[in-house]
Amino acid sequence: MTAEEEVLERIKVIISERKDEVGEVVEKDAAILTEDLSVSYHGRVAIEDISIKFRRNAITAIIGPSGCGKSTLLRSLNRMNDLIPGALVSGKVLFNGIDIYSRDVDPVYIRSRIGMVFQRPNPFPMSIFDNVAFGLRVNGFKLTKDELRKRVQEALVKAALWDEVKDRLDAHAYSLSGGQQQRLCIARALAVEPEVLLLDEPTVSLDPISTSKIERLLVALKHDYTIIIVTHNMQQAARVSDYTAVMMPDENLIGRLIEFGPTKEIFTSPKDSRTEAYISGRVS
Amino acid sequence: MGDQVLRYEDLVKRRNDLKRTLDRVVPVVLSLGVFFGVTVLAALLFDVVTTGYDRLNLNLITEYPSANPAEAGMRSAVLGTIVTVGLSALICIPLSIASAIYLVEYAGGRRWAEVLRYNIANLAGVPSVVFGIVGLGFLVYGLGLGRSVIAGAFTLAILTLPYVTVTCVEAIKTVPEDLKFGAYALGATRLQVVKSIILPRALPMMLTGGILGISRAIGEAAPILIISGLLFIREDPVSLLSRFTVIPLQLFNWISRPLPAFQELSAAAIIVLLLILLALNSAAIYLRYRLYRRLEAT
Amino acid sequence: MGYLSSEQFLRSVKRRRAQDKLFMVVVLAATLVSTLALIVIFVTLSVESVSFFTRVSVIEFLTGTKWTVLFADKHFGVLPLLNATLMTSLIAIAVAGPAGIAAAVYLSEYASQRFRNFMKPVIETLSGVPTVVYGYFALYFVTPNFLRAFWEDLSIHNALAVGLMIGVLTLPIVVSISDDAMKAVPYDLRLAAYSLGSRKIDVVFRVVLPAALSGVVASIVLAFARAMGETMIAAIAGGFRPVLSFNLGESMQTMTSYLAQVATGDAPHGTIEYQSLFAVGLLLLVITATLNFIGLKVIRRWEIRY
Repeated sequence: MTAEEEVLERIKVIISERKDEVGEVVEKDAAILTEDLSVSYHGRVAIEDISIKFRRNAITAIIGPSGCGKSTLLRSLNRMNDLIPGALVSGKVLFNGIDIYSRDVDPVYIRSRIGMVFQRPNPFPMSIFDNVAFGLRVNGFKLTKDELRKRVQEALVKAALWDEVKDRLDAHAYSLSGGQQQRLCIARALAVEPEVLLLDEPTVSLDPISTSKIERLLVALKHDYTIIIVTHNMQQAARVSDYTAVMMPDENLIGRLIEFGPTKEIFTSPKDSRTEAYISGRVS
Repeated sequence: MGDQVLRYEDLVKRRNDLKRTLDRVVPVVLSLGVFFGVTVLAALLFDVVTTGYDRLNLNLITEYPSANPAEAGMRSAVLGTIVTVGLSALICIPLSIASAIYLVEYAGGRRWAEVLRYNIANLAGVPSVVFGIVGLGFLVYGLGLGRSVIAGAFTLAILTLPYVTVTCVEAIKTVPEDLKFGAYALGATRLQVVKSIILPRALPMMLTGGILGISRAIGEAAPILIISGLLFIREDPVSLLSRFTVIPLQLFNWISRPLPAFQELSAAAIIVLLLILLALNSAAIYLRYRLYRRLEAT
Repeated sequence: MGYLSSEQFLRSVKRRRAQDKLFMVVVLAATLVSTLALIVIFVTLSVESVSFFTRVSVIEFLTGTKWTVLFADKHFGVLPLLNATLMTSLIAIAVAGPAGIAAAVYLSEYASQRFRNFMKPVIETLSGVPTVVYGYFALYFVTPNFLRAFWEDLSIHNALAVGLMIGVLTLPIVVSISDDAMKAVPYDLRLAAYSLGSRKIDVVFRVVLPAALSGVVASIVLAFARAMGETMIAAIAGGFRPVLSFNLGESMQTMTSYLAQVATGDAPHGTIEYQSLFAVGLLLLVITATLNFIGLKVIRRWEIRY
């Protein structure tokens, strides 16, 4: 067996061992839908003509070699690209059927409905409690002290961090370990009660144990949320996602969607030869 | 979460959103902080130029001070500034360069270097008038130098030493590490690396720092006032032990006289002083510009 | 050129090593000048102050409310001078603090790169203007043309104009240190705040500013220390009246303008007037050095964090 075949074999084992039926999820409606989405920075096209249905209450993984525009795609789903000077978005992103790039839409409301977690844990330099309460405070939720406390607790429970921090909510967030910090960032995003959670390579800076904790957490969360995760770790995509989108830069270095479908199909019988090459590690 | 259907209205901009309004008003308010500074600077320059322009002539620097404002000039102060500040630069700049070389190349990141660096930061925090008092007690009386050019020059040199040293340290840090390591790998001693690699590259920026130190020294009145006293000096500083005055000190003298003619004279002298500083700063900027071009070329 | 014999090579190494050692001693000596200067400053001030305090009790100096050293009936209470110094410095910070922090927030978070690159040197210029020039401006413009428009019976020498001008002088300290502190806040934190549905004001005032708070506080402390030591503005526009008063519109005398006044008159070596220079100078140094110590410590703590 060649090294590549071994990699593929290993991924197939991962998929077959999954308890939930990967790839055989009932067809659900789309929480987010992109139509011919293109993004350019200062006139240089980064991604072009991306059309994907991100299904509700499922985990969709976006994989692809570095520089293929995975993060760009992710950032255009909650209008984070607005913050980058020179970024221009064309095409449509429909969130519950509403075009989030339409003129009247306020990106601030979009972002409070679509949470985001970043590559490196980036808690604010304040207490654990204040980190989680941050989104509730800036979004002007009118909550009593007790309600606030309750919402913070719920978010921490959902992020599987409550038991580790319940006795020291006033401790500085930087006193947590890297993995704990990343779960705190997830709790921080969940506290605002978004519908969708975007994760940009959330485990890339973490150790294997913390990584597996976060993966289990994501699988548990998908019953309540729509999750979209960018990862360059194929095994991670195989372990957690229901759907997988494969992106690849073309000869002009413009990122394109080359294949999209249930994770099982993508990993076991890819239609595009480039997908197979990428999954088995021949393209990086 | 999924229970309530999201409506278009939930996502559109709301007209009565207080925060959205604040988001637009706040930066305008903040920018007032910038414009406050700029406005004061503009008003100051405008006031000085309109008041002093008519009094501006060559007599201002060729004549000695006089009780008659129409005839008064600041010849002795201009010469005093040139001699005192020039001398202080000759003391300060070599000391600063040497300190910077020691701090970066010899002491490295050791605790000892931290202590030395901390001392330099502390020296920078000493009020300039205190330098004057110590100059008076230590140099003028303690060492018996008298209220002389050399006492003033030493005081200004120590006063500007921390600033110039800090720029020299920055200058050395801009020299790429690989160049240095390359030379060390060939068996060069630190002295050879300093002479052949560091100084040629860092010198322009060091001199820029030196010029900025000089312009700082030129503007200092307080320490010189303490050392020299408020004198009516009608002779040129001819030796290191001559009594002396400097431009800002002459200015203090004129500004303190209530006669309007002295106010105009002061404004005219301020124009001269600011022009000198402008020329020095332009030289520093030009030097830095040349340096960047040369570094980009290599 | 032939090869060096091993003996010649060794001699060359030895010679170069010796030169290097000598050079090190020279540059070390230069570095020690700063430390030596600090020692000289401290010792000189202390020696003369000790002579002063053998003639005047420390208690009287620190608690007395009358300062009449230059008169026949001498009192040595430094409080009027200290009070004037604190008042002018507080006015200065009341100006430089809000204006400087606002300017720093604007330049760091809102301004375009071009505006920032243009404005920062312009603001730095404010600290490059000789302080006698500010004194002139306070005396001949700010008080008569500006302040008297609101406050008619304002004395021509007054603490308010002095404080305002010292505020302008120290503005660049606040702007540049605060701006550095805010620029040092990782961009990641801003993104995280936006992703939670923050408006820019929330990002700036709830994340960036709190994260940079220690730097901002340090800038204020350092500016205050600088303000207390400022001499020429107070000497020109503040007057030489050592009164213990809280009226901003009155002429008063700061510690520094007392030093300037002694220098303009005649205080022969060894007299009590001469020695009082050192006692007041020592007090000024102790206060400003304490403030600088605090400021530098706070800055260092914030440098370690990021």
